[in-house]
Amino acid sequence: MLKINQEKITEEIKKELMGICPFGAFIEGNNGLEISAACKMCKLCVKKGPAGIVEYLEEVKETVNKDEWKGITVYVDHLDGKIHPVTYELIGKAKKLAKITNHPVYALFIGKNITDKAKELLCYGVDEVFVYDFKELEYFVIEPYTNAFEDFIQKIKPSSILVGATNMGRSLAPRIAARFRTGLTADCTVLEMRENTDLVQIRPAFGGNIMAQIVTTNNRPQFCTVRYKVFDAPEKIARASGNITKMELDNNKLVSNIKVLGITKKEVELDISEADVIIAAGRGVKSEKDMAMISELAELLGARTACTRPLIETGWFDSRLQIGLSGRTVKPKLIITIGISGAVQFAAGMQNSDVIIAINNDPNAPIFNIAHYGIIGDLYEIIPGLISKIKLGDSLVKAVV
Amino acid sequence: MNTIVCIKQVPGTTSVEVDPGTGVLKREGIEAKMNPYDLFALETALQIKEVKGGAITSITMGPPQAGEIIYESFYMGVDEGYVLTDRKFAGADVVATSYTLSQGIRKISNYDLIICGKQTTDGDTAQVGPEVAEFLGIPHVANVGKILNIGKDSITVQMNMEETLEIQSIKLPCLITVEKDIYTPRLPSYKKKIQTKDKKQLNYLSIKDFTDSNEQNYGLNGSPTQVERIFPPEVSKEKIMLEGTSEDLSEKIFSLLVEKKFM
Ligand SMILES: Cc1cc2nc3c(=O)[nH]c(=O)nc-3n(C[C@H](O)[C@H](O)[C@H](O)COP(=O)(O)OP(=O)(O)OC[C@H]3O[C@@H](n4cnc5c(N)ncnc54)[C@H](O)[C@@H]3O)c2cc1C
Ligand SMILES: Nc1ncnc2c1ncn2[C@@H]1O[C@H](COP(=O)(O)O)[C@@H](O)[C@H]1O
Repeated sequence: MLKINQEKITEEIKKELMGICPFGAFIEGNNGLEISAACKMCKLCVKKGPAGIVEYLEEVKETVNKDEWKGITVYVDHLDGKIHPVTYELIGKAKKLAKITNHPVYALFIGKNITDKAKELLCYGVDEVFVYDFKELEYFVIEPYTNAFEDFIQKIKPSSILVGATNMGRSLAPRIAARFRTGLTADCTVLEMRENTDLVQIRPAFGGNIMAQIVTTNNRPQFCTVRYKVFDAPEKIARASGNITKMELDNNKLVSNIKVLGITKKEVELDISEADVIIAAGRGVKSEKDMAMISELAELLGARTACTRPLIETGWFDSRLQIGLSGRTVKPKLIITIGISGAVQFAAGMQNSDVIIAINNDPNAPIFNIAHYGIIGDLYEIIPGLISKIKLGDSLVKAVV
Repeated sequence: MNTIVCIKQVPGTTSVEVDPGTGVLKREGIEAKMNPYDLFALETALQIKEVKGGAITSITMGPPQAGEIIYESFYMGVDEGYVLTDRKFAGADVVATSYTLSQGIRKISNYDLIICGKQTTDGDTAQVGPEVAEFLGIPHVANVGKILNIGKDSITVQMNMEETLEIQSIKLPCLITVEKDIYTPRLPSYKKKIQTKDKKQLNYLSIKDFTDSNEQNYGLNGSPTQVERIFPPEVSKEKIMLEGTSEDLSEKIFSLLVEKKFM
């Protein structure tokens, strides 16, 4: 709880506190300065405010017996048994985290006719796969999936649970977190384990402008979601040694108020999240006809084209080609950004790329903070030059061969 | 068909920065506005009302001034509005926020459908909707991209998944979270503003109005997650800046691409 020492408040201090609080939580109430429901308990007012004005009073909370909760679980995201690669990335991370606490790594697999496919998970070093394989679980409908998940948690008592931040994961995880009244941290970009089994979760907040470090110290299980392509998948291992355990579930847990009437594949998705090489264009590209140059470069490099949000708004690109916070997250081997300033909302979606080459004529553009190679210059001269060099290079190679 | 729409007031800008030296947030004019994603939730409710009739109630948890967005929803055509506000709500994370909203909704009670936005621009978790549904014990469907049919006791929607579109029919009462662009949100109407100005009252609810008045379940006390620290995002250390004539720069990128085996 935060306590304000009203007697020490002056107009100046009031202003200072209001300035410090990022959430505008200080308001003038009947009894002086008050903290409103906008407060997020970041405690900046305690740490950075004038000394002795706002105090943090620790409250004694009932804590769980952490020894009763063991294991790091990865929820297996899949469509009809086809496992989403984010699952393997999470297994890789779970194995690293589990080393610190000497916990087993589990996978939770819920669906229909999936028991066979569970073997695949063992090849990535999972110690035990728990399978809920029932015909009622053919489609992702929320109640039976939540019930199966709940059953697993009650029987196995895992300490931490990692869920892929897919549409399914983002719908399912909160449902279960609420059922257990435990914490769920969305879209984590860094995960660390403490020896006392507390999972340290770091995620961007405020559209990526700040990072928040979050823990769930008094509750188990601890829950988080992680986007695809944030962590690396582990190598497959030759000799898998883990177990597959089939789980039972009462019939009444399988009923639902939802009927699935039909499923259609989306039209061939303009999916850039899988691309190895991406050429991203921004507002530095002045007109639609200049896109020909960008496309040509992309074609020469076998790359996909993508863009920042303003170019979606102009209608030059399909909205699925937008990178960033409100677009796709990508992690290609190479991304070349062309005329992009590098606003945090954009950077949030691509800063984990292996190699970032940025072309921008403004030496102060924030994109240069995250680029591995910053090219300060005019894209209208550099790109045509690059294109002709690649073409020339190609013909030289051909001539030699 | 009675609908409740959950809406939130968010900072007008997300351009805050942390001063790396002091760790203090640098903030420019922190104006507040309605979470843009919630406009789509409101529009969905209004579209349904146009076809099926009934009343729309908007609800928000936040400081008293969050009432501003409830008024804004009135100007779009919402019938009634609730602000859940209490000092004890301070420091709420997703669980505490969702639980508070569920208590407020239980108080309002008369609903068939609850609509939430896809996510907020400040919390940005997309978790509040599903958690509210769980606390109310009703089914939910997230990522709804289309409303296909509204029956007497069920609603049929199209759910947007990564690779598929799924048509689901859900029994009422239920909760849906809607995608941005499901409908184009209307602007607040000046006429409605004049009409409602002094007639419409906001309903304020606090812990003492809820069936569960145990303070331990709200705000910081009811929040399992704790923010340990906030800090500015890292900037990559390893970087090479290249300047020169355009000709040189083209050449350098070219050799780089060859060296890194991208060609
Ligand atoms: C909640 C929220 C979510 C958002 N989500 C996203 C998101 O997901 N994705 C996204 O991209 N944006 C997003 N945005 C928008 C984001 O804040 C920026 O506005 C946007 O990314 C900027 O795009 P840009 O870099 O193309 O344009 P600008 O910022 O205008 O930058 C253009 C750059 O081109 C350079 N330039 C100009 N001419 C040349 C030339 N001849 N040669 C070389 N360089 C040149 C300029 O120096 C400048 O740096 C979001 C915003 C908000 C508020
Ligand atoms: N404090 C709040 N008051 C009312 N509705 C909220 C609140 N926070 C979140 N919501 C609803 O939940 C949705 C998802 O929010 P979030 O989980 O914060 O991304 C929003 O679009 C709103 O519909």
